[in-house]
Amino acid sequence: MANKLDEEQRKKDAYQRLVARKKPKPRGFRNFVVAFIVGGLICVVGQVVLSIFIARGMSQDQAAAPTLAVMIFIGALATGLGIYDYLGEFAGAGAAVPITGFSNTIVAAAMDFKREGYVLGMGAKMFLIAGPVLVFGIITAIFVGAIHLLTS
Amino acid sequence: MMYLMAFLVGGLICGIGQLILDYTRLTPGHMLVGFTVAGALLGGLGVYERFLKVAGAGALVPVSGFGASLVRGVLVESGRLGWIGLFTGVFEFTGLGLAAAVFFGFLIALIFNPRS
Repeated sequence: MANKLDEEQRKKDAYQRLVARKKPKPRGFRNFVVAFIVGGLICVVGQVVLSIFIARGMSQDQAAAPTLAVMIFIGALATGLGIYDYLGEFAGAGAAVPITGFSNTIVAAAMDFKREGYVLGMGAKMFLIAGPVLVFGIITAIFVGAIHLLTS
Repeated sequence: MMYLMAFLVGGLICGIGQLILDYTRLTPGHMLVGFTVAGALLGGLGVYERFLKVAGAGALVPVSGFGASLVRGVLVESGRLGWIGLFTGVFEFTGLGLAAAVFFGFLIALIFNPRS
């Protein structure tokens, strides 16, 4: 009886070891490095754009908004050409966190839902993923501003 | 020098985002909302402004920079217009990008089709 239990236990242990060996390891370090490099390079592109606007006589504050707009355009174009899909699969957050990723979600949703019609598909679902960012960003900004007004 | 800082800081923010995706149960949507709200809060504390001075596009381009831009507009406009500025200010510095996203997003989706 005891032997049988032992054997069961051994089988269980062997099984656990097999599971541990076969389970895909989270590739945390590789993912971090790739996200770092790709995200960093996108920001370098942004810095090039920012520097061009500053060289044309804008302050950094003034240049911020047009830089974001140019990056949004670049992200939209790269999505249309299918490049951003690859980048997203390869780099995860490195492609998602920059503002180009924000514009990628808008354009990708617009393309995907085009087949459901221009008004109720494309128009309605363009901000399917970008919408929450806007909603919570705007609500936070208004609260922060209200607190500033009340305390100053 | 600015390019190196942009690379390092922007890369680090994206790397942190990846760690959040890999080691928590948050979806990319939650992560992006989190970064935006964090950027907005840091903007409210005045921290993000200094961060932008040091890292340039490394702080501006990640979505946290978008959150900080939302707040910067609200603070500038509410300083000028009072309570109305809370609402008009939201789009002061982000309106250009959002309109560009809608406009170019629409045109590009008209022209191109999804790959799969």
